[in-house]
Amino acid sequence: MNILKTTWLAAMLMLFTSLAQAADLTIEITRGSDRATPIAIVPFADGDDMPQDIAQIVSDDLERSGYFEPLERRAMFERPASSEEVRYGDWRALDVRYLVAGRISREGDQYRIRYDLVDISGERRLLAETVTSGHQGLRDAAHYISDQIFEEITDIRGAFSTRIAYVTSSGVGDDTQYALHVADADGRNSQQILSSDEPIMSPAWSPDGGKLAYVSFETERPAIYIQDIASGRRVRATSFEGLNSAPTWSPDGRRLAMALSKDGQPEIYVMEIGSREVQRITNNSSIDTEPAWSPDSRSLLFTSDRSGGPQIYRVELGSGEEERLTFTGNYNARARFAPDGEAIFLIHRGSNGYQVARQDLESGRLVALSETGQAESPSVAPNGTMVIFATQQGGNGVLGGVSADGRASFRLPAAQGDVREPAWSPFLN
Amino acid sequence: MQLKPYARTLAIALSLAFVAGCSSTGGGQDGDLTGGAGGTDRGGVSTGGADGRGVSGDRAGQRADADGRIPETRTIYFEYDSDTIRSEFEPVLTAHARFLQNNPNASVVLQGHTDERGTREYNLALGERRAGAVERYLNVQGVSPSQVEVVSYGEERPAARGQNEQAYAQNRRVVFAY
Repeated sequence: MNILKTTWLAAMLMLFTSLAQAADLTIEITRGSDRATPIAIVPFADGDDMPQDIAQIVSDDLERSGYFEPLERRAMFERPASSEEVRYGDWRALDVRYLVAGRISREGDQYRIRYDLVDISGERRLLAETVTSGHQGLRDAAHYISDQIFEEITDIRGAFSTRIAYVTSSGVGDDTQYALHVADADGRNSQQILSSDEPIMSPAWSPDGGKLAYVSFETERPAIYIQDIASGRRVRATSFEGLNSAPTWSPDGRRLAMALSKDGQPEIYVMEIGSREVQRITNNSSIDTEPAWSPDSRSLLFTSDRSGGPQIYRVELGSGEEERLTFTGNYNARARFAPDGEAIFLIHRGSNGYQVARQDLESGRLVALSETGQAESPSVAPNGTMVIFATQQGGNGVLGGVSADGRASFRLPAAQGDVREPAWSPFLN
Repeated sequence: MQLKPYARTLAIALSLAFVAGCSSTGGGQDGDLTGGAGGTDRGGVSTGGADGRGVSGDRAGQRADADGRIPETRTIYFEYDSDTIRSEFEPVLTAHARFLQNNPNASVVLQGHTDERGTREYNLALGERRAGAVERYLNVQGVSPSQVEVVSYGEERPAARGQNEQAYAQNRRVVFAY
């Protein structure tokens, strides 16, 4: 376990550099979990004149996950820089279960970040690693460290090095401007990848994290586009008469499920991206929309109002067999699978308005997760621990996050304008 | 300003071409990003805001008959979760039906909108259903299907902002865009 490995992230991280960040979102933790594990992330030695506070980024990541409760810095009466300097009894007295200590050194234009993760009660080192990064990659290096710590302690792969896509709008009426952005999972390093004076909707990540499918009204008709994020190159995938909406990628990245109304009312279709051939999946006289792939690719979730109001259904792609999944309340829509396929996350209208909810598929039990009453567009982290969604705060659209068990939550407000339709990327490394 | 139908169609065609060039994509991760879109011309499309509500549909109908102008009331409103045409708006639809029949070269885009409650993609479908109800009404009155197109904007283009019933009521609408 005490292997000192050196990870050269620099080359990879340089790809993720970014420009000035006027549109960054800032995290506000709104509720911590009562089951969070206490951990101390000691400020890294020689990190004072660093452009980024690495230990703070790691601390914020771990706190946001709801799994950890970082000790406040002012409660730290000593600042070890490595596992050798940790006096276990002192930290046990503070009820800390784990501790992270580190030291930063600079070699030319590269930073070397050495950190240790120690188990306070077991009095042993669990991780020791040196991460090397250029100036631009420091935040990514911090998220990488968060991922390692999170996985070592929870046995769940960390999702801090992932990204989110979201849509913004600013201005009113005919002067409204719409934009599509990509940012780090903590809302920082945001980059605008599309702007338009017509609506942009429904961003969806390709499974390799390289492309976004989305709906744009730039021709004054809705059409589905696929854009390569790194190059900005894009193609129009569909522009059928009527609705072209709600694209989502199959797990193998070769097909898009979508809602089209070219044959009448909105129905679910699957398009082979290579050939652009579309196959109709549903067929009835009501609205069918908001498809989502099961992790095993065999079925799609979708929203249908065939029972009178919107409810979640599942269709097996092989047999075409359809099954209604939700029966709690009269409004359940826009479902997404948990990565293990055992639960779905959706928008449920209950006594408290529109909330993010989780339904266990075996028991059928539905639990509301978010407190706010105006939630929409839930998107699940690739490790299944968090759901990001759109909500309202002071009349503006903001992004919110809630842990999959509903115990912890955060918000990602923007400095100005409306933010909505978050889409959490797959794992990128 | 009221354009003659052909002039308006031309204006729409020209500005459509313009708007089509307005979206810009960024270069992505390496900083080569393009800024916001240039023009915001809506192609001469009247979005006929909430102030048109009180205009009498009968008067609009007479005008259409009298001089072939596009009826002035171009927005009708709906109840929550409904695509039923309210009786007070039937004269408005009748006026547009007459205008379209008298001007076979005119065409209209029925823009369907919803309020912001509920999920965006489902609302996009509801907006289409609303505009589709207007389309069927016009067709029953004898308007050629080739003159009418439906585009739903769902909750993406609110006419009024705010989380209250007054704003919601102004947003649940179908706009006649000539």
